[in-house]
Amino acid sequence: MVWRIVILLALLGASVLLGVWWQRRQGVVRLRDAQPAAAVDWSARGIVLGDHRTFVQFSSEFCSPCRHTARVLDEVVAARTDVTHREMDVDEHHDLVRTFGILRTPTVLVLDPAGREVARMSGSVSRAHALEALDVPAGSVA
Amino acid sequence: MSHESTPAVSAPQGIDPRGPRVGAGITALLLAVTLLLGSSEAALWVLTFVALSFLLGTLRGAQGTWQGWVFKTFVQPRLGPTAEREDPRPPRFAQGVGFVITGVGVVLGFTVSLVAVPVAAGLALVAAVLNAAFGLCLGCEMYLLIRRFAPAR
Repeated sequence: MVWRIVILLALLGASVLLGVWWQRRQGVVRLRDAQPAAAVDWSARGIVLGDHRTFVQFSSEFCSPCRHTARVLDEVVAARTDVTHREMDVDEHHDLVRTFGILRTPTVLVLDPAGREVARMSGSVSRAHALEALDVPAGSVA
Repeated sequence: MSHESTPAVSAPQGIDPRGPRVGAGITALLLAVTLLLGSSEAALWVLTFVALSFLLGTLRGAQGTWQGWVFKTFVQPRLGPTAEREDPRPPRFAQGVGFVITGVGVVLGFTVSLVAVPVAAGLALVAAVLNAAFGLCLGCEMYLLIRRFAPAR
């Protein structure tokens, strides 16, 4: 019985560590240098690139934080004329999901005016993270 | 300003987001009991009950389970109303994941070995605690991975 209690407590401890780690990763802005081999034609996807940055958000129907992230990004975009936001359903854009190696939703690509990915955020995005992402310079990574 | 966020998915009527999390907490308690019962028949029966609850949630959504009823009847009146609403499909997906994990444990427990029971209960317990305490969304983390191995549509 003692061992069972020890195992139970160890599992609970591991869950808490995992949970804290997971929560800290939510929406963190990560710089990107790798680009897909072939440039993506964003206009063919119905995406109008912003003069400064474009948020391309990948969402699925099984994802509550996707709704929250869309609201946050809509608010940030509404305050600026040079930034756009577009939400894409992963089920309708398999090729993009593969091209960009997207593993979880929401994942937000931050594109420069040429359509290159300068940064990405995955998990629920806060307003602070969204604003931080807009400040990532286009040429910051080789 | 180009402000064209088309909702990627049209959501059905929302549910109180606290419901599935309270439900996950209740489920976590049952799974902890399963673990404490070890590799025994009693543990197998508790896990079977949990698996059937997950089946109910997979078919009807988390709000349609007995845990959802406990939340509505005893917890929600004490918490008061909230304007926040959640799409019922993500919690329902998580119920499906819970059903697969505990269901495999039950089947193996009945056919192969009772050792499968605490293993499955432990895995499901971690998922339930992450859901209840941190709001982890299994559909967000697992949907694309599952799709990768099982390109359904």
